[in-house]
Amino acid sequence: MTETTKTFALFALVAVLIIGTGVIQSWNAALFILNMGLISAIMSLGVNLQWGIAGLLNVGIMGFVALGGLATVIVSMEPVPDAWDAGGLRILFGLGIGGLTIGGAIAAYKKIGNPRGRVLGMIAVLVVGMVIYRAIIMPAIKAVEAVNPATEGYLGGLGLPILLSWPVGGLLAAAAAWVIGKTALGLRSDYLAIATLGISEILIAVIKNEDWLSRGVKNAIGIPRPVPYEIDLQNDPAFVERAAGFGLDPTIASTLYVKLLYAGLFAIVLVVLVWLSQRALNSPWGRMMRAIRDNETAARAMGKNVTARHLQVFVLGSAVCGIAGAMMTTLDSQLTPASYQPLRFTFLIWVMVIVGGSGNNLGSILGGFLIWFLWVQVEPIGFWVMEIVTAPMAEDSAIRAHLLDSVAQMRLLTMGIFLLVMLRFNPRGLIPEK
Amino acid sequence: MELLNAFIVLANFVLVPAIAYGSQLALGALGVTLVYGVLRFSNFAHGDTMAFGTMVVILLTWWMQSIGISIAPLPTALLALPLGIAVTAALLIATDRTVYKFYRTQKSPPVIFLIVSLGVMFVMNGLVRFIIGVDDQRFSDGERFIISAREFKKMTGLSEGLAIKTTQGITVITAIVVVAVLFWFLNKTRTGKSMRAFSDNEDLALLSGINPERVVFYTWLIVAALATIAGTLYGLDKSFKPFVYFQLLLPIFAAAIVGGLGSPLGAIAGGFIIAFSEVMITYAWKKVFGYILPEALAPDGLVQLLATEYKFAVSFVILVIVLLFKPTGLFKGKAL
Repeated sequence: MTETTKTFALFALVAVLIIGTGVIQSWNAALFILNMGLISAIMSLGVNLQWGIAGLLNVGIMGFVALGGLATVIVSMEPVPDAWDAGGLRILFGLGIGGLTIGGAIAAYKKIGNPRGRVLGMIAVLVVGMVIYRAIIMPAIKAVEAVNPATEGYLGGLGLPILLSWPVGGLLAAAAAWVIGKTALGLRSDYLAIATLGISEILIAVIKNEDWLSRGVKNAIGIPRPVPYEIDLQNDPAFVERAAGFGLDPTIASTLYVKLLYAGLFAIVLVVLVWLSQRALNSPWGRMMRAIRDNETAARAMGKNVTARHLQVFVLGSAVCGIAGAMMTTLDSQLTPASYQPLRFTFLIWVMVIVGGSGNNLGSILGGFLIWFLWVQVEPIGFWVMEIVTAPMAEDSAIRAHLLDSVAQMRLLTMGIFLLVMLRFNPRGLIPEK
Repeated sequence: MELLNAFIVLANFVLVPAIAYGSQLALGALGVTLVYGVLRFSNFAHGDTMAFGTMVVILLTWWMQSIGISIAPLPTALLALPLGIAVTAALLIATDRTVYKFYRTQKSPPVIFLIVSLGVMFVMNGLVRFIIGVDDQRFSDGERFIISAREFKKMTGLSEGLAIKTTQGITVITAIVVVAVLFWFLNKTRTGKSMRAFSDNEDLALLSGINPERVVFYTWLIVAALATIAGTLYGLDKSFKPFVYFQLLLPIFAAAIVGGLGSPLGAIAGGFIIAFSEVMITYAWKKVFGYILPEALAPDGLVQLLATEYKFAVSFVILVIVLLFKPTGLFKGKAL
């Protein structure tokens, strides 16, 4: 079987799986898998850029995804004027002071020649800056969070179209990646992994706890949508008529229609990103990146600035994850910080990239769809298997109850075994790098 | 008197908890550092190994409690610990045989090992969740306090109390014993010396006839013991929740790197540095300053540098500072 037919067959398999879901379960479930599959494919495309092409280990994907989610709130929610009056400008001013403090500390460290003086100077700038920063920002935050806390209690967003938040999400993630890359790139690869793990936990902590920014665990709900609402469609006679033309109930037709619109939007983004990634992969730049990945020393000897290139590709890959994160929050119409779990948003993406085929863009997309499908379907399948396994046991047996209760946890086990088996027997993935 | 009271408050809320937490982190970091030193990769499954070991101990503890075995006033979990270590060691060695060994013979780069350890992490995490669930479990029994705040006040007549939980006392004593045994083992026994030789220079160690598989076997054995002990002590002190153990990975790695990856002494120092910074930066100093400073200067606010939700930020910032200024860690671990 040639490479192309194999690729084609694998993608056909995914299509059959999704369509099969539609026939057996419901079309809504199938479209849900398709939509999240598209988003997962974009995330794994971003990680593939970092790991597959450049060999960089990013274990903080969750943080970049969450930043994308935050972007939707900042860009598209309506501003809360009372909150802005209460302390919006003071918060911005405080953040400015915070930024100046860090900049000042760096400048102090760089400018002061005396080795002991530079450390003391840096600490002095940091301490004074922090005191001023807190004095300004703390009362302001308190004032903002006191504004109508049941429904608002935050600054709100800019009230701009939601689609704008996708690129903004990418930019935010890129900025965070730049900071982390600046510190950890150029050191040994494990350090980058641990640093990214840390930054993602911190980003989640910020989004969870800074209520003035994101409403924290109170969740920002009702984020505007780029597509019409189901209820409006159902009240639109023209739509009901067309649905009837297909022989569909207006309620089902409206949910399917909305999901299809989302799928269309996501597919456009995916196609654009794949096209760009393929161009990048096959360009001189892509060849250089792979050369660096395969032999850093040789590439350095050829005059390539390895650290700068790593930073570049790390920022790009993280930006792609940020875009996907903004898309996901758009699909959910709400930002729920508590739902960001590293196993789901970081390590599952890794399984996608490795299983699909690291270094191959199509491979990672395939992995995104396939693993997402399994992630969703392992639970019902596991439940079904467990029912059969436990059928001979007594109806009220404690072990049976425990096993049936724990089926939900089967996912992680299955994914782990999947990853290990793949790494062991087919480390290049389903669609290997050429 | 005021100063003494200030010190008691400080001891009660900062020193005692930080020493206990530091001991737990140190034991965790020792496990990470040993895997790094001998097997040469960052083991991301370590947090979940700790969770697995603790889970076995909890199950054994429940069983012992149900048949009435106890060593009151000490917690029953201590009695279950050796068996828990044995089960965890069996799991780790089985994992090594089925998973890691293949990559060792292939001489895969460390980064592949790291990804493989992510897979192992998934499996262990799944196992733990499957067997015991995701909820909080409390399993400490026996005497709760060595000295309670009320007794302390009565004894000394001070207005502030100092409470030392039994679990905190046990943590520190166990940690000292474990570290002493570990260093004796590494420095005095033949196996320990061969482990250090192997970690130092693999080729030279092989040339002088050290059996690598034996070294690896003993390493996993020790790592299992360290992980189970660290996890159980943490669980006794706070409570057992699988996700929290996964999150411990960050402070543990920070501790190991700050001390210098591959250096056991560094891991211990790193554990205490991280623990003390975390506790001190997230502690509200109002009461302490209230005693030290004259009335007029007493602070109005909590004087808390960072909310407790951001405690991960502390270990992260320390990690970044060390990476920027001294990437090999304080105790000169393995080179970059």
